[in-house]
Amino acid sequence: MIPAAFDYVVPRTLPEAVAELVKRGQEAKVLAGGHSLIPLMKLRLSTPSFLVDIGRISNLNYIREEDGHVAIGALATHHDIEFSDLLKKKLPLLSGAAAQIGDPQVRNRGTIGGAASHADPFGDFPACLLALDAELKVVGPKGERNIAARDFFVDTFTSALEPDEIVREIRIATPPTGSTGTYLKFSRRSQDWAIVAVAAQVTVSGHNVANVAIGLTGMGSRPLRASGVEQALRGKGAHDEDIRAAAERAAEGTDPPQDLNGSPDYRRHLAQVLTRRALEQITAHH
Amino acid sequence: MAISQMVGASIKRREDPRLVTGTGSYVDDLPQTAIVHMVVVRSTDPHARITGIDTTRAKEADGVIAVFTGKELLSEFGAPLPVTDCFVPTKKYPKHYPLAIDKVRYVGEPVAIVLASSLSAAQDAAERVEVRYESLPPVVDIEKAIEKGAPVLHDEVGSNLSYDVKFAAGDIEAAFREAEVKITQRLIQQRLIPIAVEPRGVVADYRTWARKLTIWSSTQIPHFVKVWAAVILGIPESDVRVVAPEVGGGFGSKIRVYPEEILTALASRRLGRPVKWIEDRGENTKATHHGRSQIWDVEIAAKRDGTVLGIRPTQWLDLGAYCSQFGTFQVLGMLVAQGAYKMKAFDGRAVGVFTNRTPTDAYRGAGRPEATYLIERVMDLVARETGVDPVEVRRKNFVRVEDQPFTTLLGLTYDSGDYRITLDRALQMVDYQGLRREQAEKRKQGKYLGIGLSTYIEICGLGPAVPTQAAVGVSLWGMSVVNVHFTGKATVIIGSSPHGQGHETTYAQVAADVLGIPVEDIDVQHGDTAIGPMGMDTYGSRSTALDGNAVHISAMKVQEKARKIAAHLLEAAEGDVVYEGGKAYVKGTPSKAVTIQEIAVAAFQTSRLPKGMEGGLEATTFFDPTNFVWPFGAHIAVVEIDAETGATRILRYVAVDDCGTRINPMVVDGQLHGGIAQGIGQALFEEAVYDEAGQLRTGSLLDYLVPTAADLPSFELEATITPSPVNPLGTKGIGEAGTIASSPAIINAIVDALAPFGVKDVSMPATPEKVWQLMHRNGGTKR
Repeated sequence: MIPAAFDYVVPRTLPEAVAELVKRGQEAKVLAGGHSLIPLMKLRLSTPSFLVDIGRISNLNYIREEDGHVAIGALATHHDIEFSDLLKKKLPLLSGAAAQIGDPQVRNRGTIGGAASHADPFGDFPACLLALDAELKVVGPKGERNIAARDFFVDTFTSALEPDEIVREIRIATPPTGSTGTYLKFSRRSQDWAIVAVAAQVTVSGHNVANVAIGLTGMGSRPLRASGVEQALRGKGAHDEDIRAAAERAAEGTDPPQDLNGSPDYRRHLAQVLTRRALEQITAHH
Repeated sequence: MAISQMVGASIKRREDPRLVTGTGSYVDDLPQTAIVHMVVVRSTDPHARITGIDTTRAKEADGVIAVFTGKELLSEFGAPLPVTDCFVPTKKYPKHYPLAIDKVRYVGEPVAIVLASSLSAAQDAAERVEVRYESLPPVVDIEKAIEKGAPVLHDEVGSNLSYDVKFAAGDIEAAFREAEVKITQRLIQQRLIPIAVEPRGVVADYRTWARKLTIWSSTQIPHFVKVWAAVILGIPESDVRVVAPEVGGGFGSKIRVYPEEILTALASRRLGRPVKWIEDRGENTKATHHGRSQIWDVEIAAKRDGTVLGIRPTQWLDLGAYCSQFGTFQVLGMLVAQGAYKMKAFDGRAVGVFTNRTPTDAYRGAGRPEATYLIERVMDLVARETGVDPVEVRRKNFVRVEDQPFTTLLGLTYDSGDYRITLDRALQMVDYQGLRREQAEKRKQGKYLGIGLSTYIEICGLGPAVPTQAAVGVSLWGMSVVNVHFTGKATVIIGSSPHGQGHETTYAQVAADVLGIPVEDIDVQHGDTAIGPMGMDTYGSRSTALDGNAVHISAMKVQEKARKIAAHLLEAAEGDVVYEGGKAYVKGTPSKAVTIQEIAVAAFQTSRLPKGMEGGLEATTFFDPTNFVWPFGAHIAVVEIDAETGATRILRYVAVDDCGTRINPMVVDGQLHGGIAQGIGQALFEEAVYDEAGQLRTGSLLDYLVPTAADLPSFELEATITPSPVNPLGTKGIGEAGTIASSPAIINAIVDALAPFGVKDVSMPATPEKVWQLMHRNGGTKR
């Protein structure tokens, strides 16, 4: 299929882009890498009459460390994130997740800002951003505001963005020494969306777990935190039996969907297995 | 010697440069002026009466040239779409027209066509065609379809039962009386979507002034399309030309005459302009036929030592909403279900039913994967029940080389083969005994290794004219023309219609060996009904056994004429002249030779020819062999199951295949790689899922999971070579062998891995969740 007819504009600055969104209202959609939006348009499941292509706005593609934070521009591609030396060192959870998204074509075109804004409950970045307590800087007609990841992802394909707002930057506090993370994804084929995935970030101090955050993909209509696991493990020893007991709480408070790839029961089980494996993998390094 | 210089050489495929650089010309790439774009409006309801179609708003849309419904075109269909006998000449089936007339019977069925000056205009207008449906309850289950009171799809058939026929021989009652072990098992062949990389597409151009029609179609069967387009459209066959340009895969899905080939042609004749239709992927998953969709119930009679006495299989075949052209071809599975084994009795029953789903037809293997899955699962079920090793069960029941040519209970005769040799080699390659020890060790550690065998045989090379006429309703043979030009270069025209198989390369190799002309000076042409005589096209791993050998025979005829011309030029007796390496000379004096180039010049300077000899250096062959060909092999899959997730990892995949003479071993390996991948796709990944309302839930490549290279292991391939005695090259077929062999190897391996859990069968696709559930259905208790 080819998309229904639409108009298209290429602003050169973020304020211009926001002005276009204000002018067009609900009819407009922001186009970044296009790897989520364009397939929906080709299937005519999405029929925006106006596209605002932010792909050529300069200074939106960067990954840098500043003021104790890692700042990632909204137009940084999955490929940029996968291969960033800074992220591989400071946030391997994020670079590792990026490497598991789709296929090389998707990773070359897709952007983190687009992936976050799309708010796909099966997307890989949302659970990571949630586990990393990321902040999303967004720009709208009233200026800029920060939205915490836990407030940003609202429901299936629904974020806290207003229709005339655009994600500008993603900020993550640089994890302390001894903190590392991993993203374990379970899917039937290598390039598929996750059936369930687990984003785990753990800070080990001595032999204890000083801090732990678990984000879950595919366990509800938005990414979720496995807070039961976090409570069970925080401040405890990183021993196998502690991890096993904590991981059993991975599905608490979740509402996993039923689809062709898995039943809710299977997803709950996978969440436990993947959480345990992720925690074992991280703590094995200490 | 030039002979066997090219045959056996892994030269690079000459097709590949244009394909890998994106310069091949598919239907969608053809240059056309004044083209009209066609979009097909398709049924969204699986079963409904059409109470009205309002095309007014569509006709008013920008760029629209015409909109036609089935009722409006009915008088122009000279015949319904063709249906061939295919093993069940007594079957009942309804008339099937390119557009639905008063009822729709599956989601995706063509209802109307929109013709516009651009594709986007046609698509926009198609959304404005208003079809009013009066929904009827759909039938989406094979068994429910023939229950009393089930909604009937076709009033003219009277029920949803198309046929219920027996294929039996030997005393099955005696076999079961003698049996010490009786096993009953249901095996599922899930519905599959063929997914050629290039979906279908057609351009039809009817030249009003010349009254001639050309159809360019992404098809496996240009010659058949020509015949049927002429019949359905009422155009003399001599005025119809069909071209299959570059065709990006078929796997059986392009083996039949499709509605869109007729509709584009009709529209072109009405409008006086060329009409183009290109299928999109979403359409492809519904409008192009599906494969398999069968239930096999089998009862097995065996002895405690593993001897199989007889089997009683029933094949329930879901035809889908109509009987497709070769829709009952899969009944072939019943005829070859005896596999590589001897037994005393066979009692088969084949039942075909209509359901409100996309019609099914041939899909890579077409009947043989079903047969192989059945008999190879039977061997493992017997092994499990008797405690005899699956290798020993196979060895005990094998047809032996001294039994060849062996005639099966149902009367088919195998041409050749020693099935023990391929099995022994495959066992060596995996170190079978070592693997069994490793399996036992790993089980103690809670790790589940599985070893799966598949010792398949396959019928292909369709095929001798007499049995194919009787069975399928079409006489099948091979065709070639070999034509040496004035300058000594040659053109080979073949009746097969390759769509990925590499005939341009391999058949040039065949001709080069016979004629001694450099392989690069031999062009192979195909897929255009205007360039040569009737051909029988490409399907069923038939081409090399038929058309490849026809090339050899034509080249031999040309060589013989060349030798006669040479004798005349050398002023020698014909009997004294030998032809070798592109030269002819008097025996013993190779230094005084005339070359094929010199002979070719003389062939056209006819004054230099012997008295009474016609000019030209050309030969045509219609090759009809004495039997089918029967490739065979042994495949072994080694898998490990993740006990926590149910995921299957293929650790090794070993295949030893015997397809007779290998003209180009690299092309053979390529066919095996793709074939094995496709069979693994069925075993682990693929399934067309319909919901109870009759809607396809796997209508895109996001939901219909075709494996990619990243999901597959490296295949370890070896060969044995048993030349077929029924054709001069000794070739068999290899296009489907990988698919036929691999699904049962994988499933046997998974079931073997799950033996500690008491699992005796897992249905395809063996998804991680399904495997996980099987492992935990008894609370994970092992037996």
